[in-house]
Amino acid sequence: MKVKKAKKKMTNRERSEFLWGWLFILPTMAGLMILNIIPIFQTIYQSFFKTGSFGRGNIFVGLENYKRLFADTAVWQALLNTLKYAIVEVPFSIIIAIVLAVMLNQKMRGRSVYRMIYFMPMVCAPAAVAMVWKWLYNSEFGLLNHLLEAIGLPKVNWVSDPKIAFISLAIVGIWSVIGYNMVLFLAGLQEIPKDYYEAAEIDGANAVTQFFKITLPLISPTMFFVVITRVIASLQVFDSIFMMIGKNNPALPKTQSLVYLFYRYAFVENNKGYGSAIIVLLLCIIMLITVFQMKAQEKWVHYN
Amino acid sequence: MKKIGNWHKLIKHVFLIIGAVIMLIPFAWMILTAFKTKSEATQMNPFIIFPSQWRTQAFANVVRKMDFIKLYINTLLMIFGRIICAVLTATTAGYAFGRLKFKGRDLCFSLVLFQMMVPVQIFIIPQYLMVSKLGMLNTIFSLIFPGLVTAFGTFLMRQAYMGLPKDLEEAARLDGCNIGQTFLYVMMPLTKSSMVALGIFTALFGYKDLMWPLIANTNQQSMPLAAGLAKLQGQFSSNYPELMAGSLIACIPMLVLYLLFQRHFIEGIATSGGKL
Repeated sequence: MKVKKAKKKMTNRERSEFLWGWLFILPTMAGLMILNIIPIFQTIYQSFFKTGSFGRGNIFVGLENYKRLFADTAVWQALLNTLKYAIVEVPFSIIIAIVLAVMLNQKMRGRSVYRMIYFMPMVCAPAAVAMVWKWLYNSEFGLLNHLLEAIGLPKVNWVSDPKIAFISLAIVGIWSVIGYNMVLFLAGLQEIPKDYYEAAEIDGANAVTQFFKITLPLISPTMFFVVITRVIASLQVFDSIFMMIGKNNPALPKTQSLVYLFYRYAFVENNKGYGSAIIVLLLCIIMLITVFQMKAQEKWVHYN
Repeated sequence: MKKIGNWHKLIKHVFLIIGAVIMLIPFAWMILTAFKTKSEATQMNPFIIFPSQWRTQAFANVVRKMDFIKLYINTLLMIFGRIICAVLTATTAGYAFGRLKFKGRDLCFSLVLFQMMVPVQIFIIPQYLMVSKLGMLNTIFSLIFPGLVTAFGTFLMRQAYMGLPKDLEEAARLDGCNIGQTFLYVMMPLTKSSMVALGIFTALFGYKDLMWPLIANTNQQSMPLAAGLAKLQGQFSSNYPELMAGSLIACIPMLVLYLLFQRHFIEGIATSGGKL
């Protein structure tokens, strides 16, 4: 009798958890479905259509957009540009951030001031950041070229030299995101027990050994999180290109990213079908890289 | 031994100060340029660092050309709308995902995680078409629209609820609270700091987003600051004092908030791990 009652109570509890649970997630799930999940399929669907001009609606073209995509050298160049940008931005923003975090991870004077300064770009609108850097990079009157001249070096065409512009863009990205990565690493470093270092000190390990043998392995879960999110974010670079590289800039073909091309096709040239195909390509690339990273993490991420 | 320690410290400070100066140069240059005249800003020989006189002409010009009050209001309404939506939807969903066991939960949560991995541009065309069909382009609603729900916020709040001790709910239940009451009176008040982080994240996402307003709010009367700056640059691409004045006007409110509530900004991100 008692057992039965308890069982009934359990199912009551279960039922109420089920009802409340669904009630609580319903707004989020409904919104997520309408705003995100269904749109993914709509975008994929759209990529099989050609947007008719003058409101003629969509014309089914099958794989036409993808055929065009694979033959479009501008798309491949944009993919290359995107990857090049990510290959510069991600490692540098992470390495600099981790060095800063290790230096700031102890009681010292000015610690919170440093932290505040390094984090500051994170609260600025990227549109404003891009304008300031564009001005710093200005080839005639920009501060950077003035400084180069002052020390006797030749001027650099920071944003109009096709060979250099992607690095200039990556520098803006690095500058913008260092503080954010640093704060995440600082949080990760705080988790490492102090006695690990004391033990290492007794064993005579120097600071460099300690960094590679203790800090790096123990911070690897944070590192993994930062790498995953930074890679995904850097592959979506758009704001700085849109704001800094003008339409007539000779460096545009060598800097425009996939997202920039997507924006141009979908919303400037109003070819939503082709735009969709471009963004589906980016989706596939991000998925591939993320899955690969998930697999690779077993090799280097240490969870205790 | 002590001497070596001091040397270490000194080198570290030198390094950190150089880094800090590099981080600050763009801000300093933005401010200095904003107070110069155009000819001062583009003067070559001698090259000028400080304006000869701190003029506010560029600010006056830029405010005349662009209705910054309107941009502020639009941005503020967008941020408020998004924060209200995020708090209402993400706290409840976060609690359910973190604390309740029910059929379908894990599948739904994997959709939340999936959303966070996908490039956001993949939602944009359908979202644009939806808003356009509703006839709501160029409204505050269209600015809020992509932020009606937040996968990242849901994830953040779930983490917060998972971190709370278990016996709290048990005690509330023994006192006769149902799940809704337990959530509202016992659990939610304990996640205040995460809710602050949620608010800050939501505000920053909205404030920093450029592509969506470029698409959905092309009318100057309904733009947020980010799109306004893009428009400003399009119109006055070479008048740098004015562009810097505009940038400064757009950045100042968030910078001031940041300087005032620095701890919340940084700790919110540190404890929740973020995606910006």
